[in-house]
Amino acid sequence: MGEIVIRFENVGLRYGTGPEVLRDITFTLPPGSFHFLTGASGAGKSSLLKLMYLAHRPSRGLITVFDRDISRVGREGLPELRRQIGVVFQDFQLLDHLSALDNVALPLRMAGASESDVVEHCTELLRWVGLGNHLDARPSTLSGGQQQRVAIARSVINRPRLLLADEPTGNVDDGIGMRLLYLFEELHKLGTTVVIATHNEALIHRFDHPRLHLENGRLHVLPRAAQRWA
Amino acid sequence: MLRKRFDLPLAMDPTGRFVAWITAVMVYLATLALAGFMIVSGMAERWESGLAGGITVQVAPLVEPGVAPLAERVETALAILRGTPGVRGATPLSAEATSRLIEPWLGKEAAGDPLLPVPTVIDVETAGTVDVGALAARLKAAAPGIAVDDHATWLSDLRGFARAIQVAALGVMVLVGIAAVTSVVFAVRAGLAIHRHVVELLHLMGATDRYVSLQFESHVLGLCLRGGLGGLALAVATLVGVHRAAGGLSASLLPDVTLAPWQWLLLAVVPLAACGLAVLTARRTVLRTLESMP
Repeated sequence: MGEIVIRFENVGLRYGTGPEVLRDITFTLPPGSFHFLTGASGAGKSSLLKLMYLAHRPSRGLITVFDRDISRVGREGLPELRRQIGVVFQDFQLLDHLSALDNVALPLRMAGASESDVVEHCTELLRWVGLGNHLDARPSTLSGGQQQRVAIARSVINRPRLLLADEPTGNVDDGIGMRLLYLFEELHKLGTTVVIATHNEALIHRFDHPRLHLENGRLHVLPRAAQRWA
Repeated sequence: MLRKRFDLPLAMDPTGRFVAWITAVMVYLATLALAGFMIVSGMAERWESGLAGGITVQVAPLVEPGVAPLAERVETALAILRGTPGVRGATPLSAEATSRLIEPWLGKEAAGDPLLPVPTVIDVETAGTVDVGALAARLKAAAPGIAVDDHATWLSDLRGFARAIQVAALGVMVLVGIAAVTSVVFAVRAGLAIHRHVVELLHLMGATDRYVSLQFESHVLGLCLRGGLGGLALAVATLVGVHRAAGGLSASLLPDVTLAPWQWLLLAVVPLAACGLAVLTARRTVLRTLESMP
């Protein structure tokens, strides 16, 4: 078995001097796993994802990412870890002044890829997600579903080892939502560890993966539906 | 280093235009200050080399009874001068040369008037130390109306004046540099504040602080190049204008404001230096500010 992708041990998170929004979170993500992250609005799904994609540091507890204790990783070490994590943000977070291709190209350029590789790979990926005719389009001219696909393309362009998605189907209709989930399934089959935060029960039931369920800031790991019913 | 595309939408910032304009003004002032510094330095050098190592003796045209004629007193003075230790040579200026000296003050016609009582000036070249006091006493005793000037006071005043101008020019350049640095710091901080969410997003995608700072550096470099070249062009136009205006004056009271080719090249370095300073300032400001981000 390879290295553990994510490990949380008794992790707590509070913002400033406020109450803990996450309490005693303990779980591990083995490589190649697929989890749904569920919970009511305000349960802390986004906060948990932020800890996973290293936007925040925990108030207490241990977090390891790719077997590295992040409390021992300084600012200079974070970019290398973050480049191995793809994130699909709830509100896409596309840069409006850049074209679809340039948005997707960001992680590659940061990694120092050559411009010819950047154009070739981004064009190929955007074609794969059905946006081959919108390479130069600005995000503001794209529909919600198209923006979502650009955001997903950006999150996977440099083949991350861990893919995190925050309500990726929240702004699209069920049909597109289903297509996106199939896309994540494909990436999962290629070996990417996937965590998708969602409250779309229909999708969760359609794709039988274990759940990380948040309730009142505490995490419960629920097995896949097939195991629950066995 | 110049990028055609910025991940940060810095080109839309109003602070960008501000930096370009400030740089243009700063480079204009710094270029003029540097040109002034070089002109005054050259002037002081010419004065120094022209006056140091020399003594001027004036024999006044006296028309008093019992006083020998001017030519006779000039010969007396020359004899004494040529026999004085430390004097290499003594040459009286011709009437034409003397006329040229007073022409700027009196005009061409008056200066060339043969009825004008003009003293005879003797240019004395020294080859060592000359006891000017003793020489003056000997000349005074030999004939009346003879004055000795070793330019010490004049040279001292000139040196003081040149030094003051040089210090002022350096002061202007330092102030201009401080103002330029301040404006870049302000613009970069404003840019970081305006685009903080984009910077955070880039960080989350794995951007290093250096990657983010390069965006700002490239942006600032582009602005400073534009502003700096504009400021340099204006400064050169000003210098050329001043040179032409000075050359047009009939009386050459103004110092020579021409610059050597290497000095023009040095002026061209001003916008480049401004760009270098701006880029370093941008880098330092960005990296320091990003240190406080998660």
